[in-house]
Amino acid sequence: MSEIVIETQNLTKRYGEIVAVDNLNLKIRAGEVFGILGPNGSGKTTTILMLLGLTEPTAGSARVLGFDPMRQPLEVKSRVGYLPDQVGFYDDLTARENLAYTAKLNGLSRPVAQRRIADALERMGLADVADRRVGTFSRGMRQRLGVAEILLKHPQVIILDEPTLGLDPEAAREFLQIIRAFKEEKITVLLSSHLLHQVQAVCDRVGLFSHGKMVLEGTVPELARQVLGGAYRVHVRAVGPDLTQALHKVPGAVSAQKLDSDLYTVEAQEDIRAEVARAVVQAGASLLSLSLEEPSLDEVYQRYFQGVMAV
Amino acid sequence: MKPVREGSPWRGLWAVVAKEMADHLTSVRMGILEAIVLLTAAVTLYMALQNLPSGTSEFLFLRLFTTSQDPLPAFVGFLGFLVPLIAIALGFDSINGEFNRRTLSRVLAQPIYRDALLLGKFLAGLFTLALVLTAIWLMIIGLGIFRLGVPPTGEEVARGLLFLLATIAYGGIWLGLAMVFSVRFRQPATAALAAISVWLFFTVFWGMLVGLIAQGLAKGVFNQIQLELFLARLSPNTLYAEAILAFLNPAVRAFGPLVPLQLIQLQWAVPTPLPLSQSLLLVWPQLTGLIAGTIVLFAIGYVLFQRQEIRA
Ligand SMILES: Nc1ncnc2c1ncn2[C@@H]1O[C@H](COP(=O)(O)OP(=O)(O)OP(=O)(O)O)[C@@H](O)[C@H]1O
Ligand SMILES: [Mg+2]
Repeated sequence: MSEIVIETQNLTKRYGEIVAVDNLNLKIRAGEVFGILGPNGSGKTTTILMLLGLTEPTAGSARVLGFDPMRQPLEVKSRVGYLPDQVGFYDDLTARENLAYTAKLNGLSRPVAQRRIADALERMGLADVADRRVGTFSRGMRQRLGVAEILLKHPQVIILDEPTLGLDPEAAREFLQIIRAFKEEKITVLLSSHLLHQVQAVCDRVGLFSHGKMVLEGTVPELARQVLGGAYRVHVRAVGPDLTQALHKVPGAVSAQKLDSDLYTVEAQEDIRAEVARAVVQAGASLLSLSLEEPSLDEVYQRYFQGVMAV
Repeated sequence: MKPVREGSPWRGLWAVVAKEMADHLTSVRMGILEAIVLLTAAVTLYMALQNLPSGTSEFLFLRLFTTSQDPLPAFVGFLGFLVPLIAIALGFDSINGEFNRRTLSRVLAQPIYRDALLLGKFLAGLFTLALVLTAIWLMIIGLGIFRLGVPPTGEEVARGLLFLLATIAYGGIWLGLAMVFSVRFRQPATAALAAISVWLFFTVFWGMLVGLIAQGLAKGVFNQIQLELFLARLSPNTLYAEAILAFLNPAVRAFGPLVPLQLIQLQWAVPTPLPLSQSLLLVWPQLTGLIAGTIVLFAIGYVLFQRQEIRA
């Protein structure tokens, strides 16, 4: 197993009576893309700020790349790139000038800074507008400039707080591409988001936050198994005798339901399309179509919070 | 308690200073203020040159700063409100401005401590102020040499420089105050208003209050004067007025109660001028008072800023 890059132990943050983060234990491995989700006010941003040493924990401890963010924030911040949920730039300066300031704060020498700034702007598709005032930038351009700033540091870890907030679908899709590219470069990524299908699309593992606690953690299929029981659904269209019983007996099937005269749904822990097909044919029916629906984070999320509400 | 922090708190300081100074020097706001100062200097210098007493050659250059023509006060009289104005303009939106532009969390996510950001902004403001004042000072002296046809004496230069220094320290107080408010108040307008209110309070009301308080508390006339003097010196305006009075008027040997800045006038004849060292000794407490006040205000801003949540 690869090394742990971010680790927290009973990390807690209280604002007076409000417990924003409650005894959080989080482990993120090198090269992983980890998504944190949860309703508004569940403590995602607070957790991120504590990891960067920007907010002091009330109790517990954190380690980022082996450094303590409270005691060694400079070490942490020089290796971690952070995109805040609301990223702002100096409107009167150009994109290049904004990045030059960041480079200086990071102690980069001028030639190194110039090269890295040019590379970062190029990579984020901002080379053409590099010398335009940021005041004229759209939200998406600012967001990309925020990522360019991160790239400048050559970070080992990247933390993104709701990076696709307010982006149009195309821009959001591009953003997910960028995150995938980070993964190829073996950079560890921690991102928070409300957009579940996006999280599902890029994250290796996710953690579900609720009231400051991480209530669920794992890969999407793992969570689906925990919350939904069956995580995969096989939709079967077949004409012939009633198949409900036969489908129920397929190895691996959790449940089988008849939805319509010739439409059935089988829930399972894994992809059992082959077994289902065989069972349909053996039962003497003719198979018209067979499709697999992978577990969706949306459903996990909804079902989990419905369950919590019901209790 | 607080964990021991590693790494220098001043890392990134000069990057902040350079960025902020560049901002100040190119801002429209500073442009306007510079124009006002320049205009004031030009007008008062012209008046002073018209009204210089003929025949005397003693401390001519110091008189350039202090000679006035009714109804306008002399250059130093204007400084009494121009310096606070510039200092407040330089500081009132320094932290809350970053906050409102949402640049604060991004900047603090770089490997610097908050210390560097706050001190960097303070120093940038102070350097900008110093730059403007020094330029004006040089202009007055330079034009003075041109019009008077004589160079200033060593003592005049020394006194003039100390006057400049005291003025910068006086600006430091108002800059520190404006920055405290810029940390405390989220709205720059509120911070500016608060700083200007404090200035108005000391300029307009403190003198009256001092008289009333001293009257109420004092036992005996002598005690009342003492108390008045002490209370008056709690105001940076008094400290500054006394400091520049001592530097620009070598005849001053002691301070009576309350010298309104606008009325500072050098006597035509200076019968027995005090040596510079004695003048300096006379206002040493005032000078240290101004500097200490600046440091205290900076420290208050520092403590407030360290505790502040940086997210919106
Ligand atoms: N400065 C503060 N003072 C008091 N309470 C705060 C402060 N900052 C955050 N909180 C509280 O802490 C809790 C967690 O907030 P946090 O911003 O971490 O949530 P989040 O998961 O990031 O929410 P969102 O999805 O809306 O961004 C909330 O209940 C919030 O009200
Ligand atoms: Mg948040």
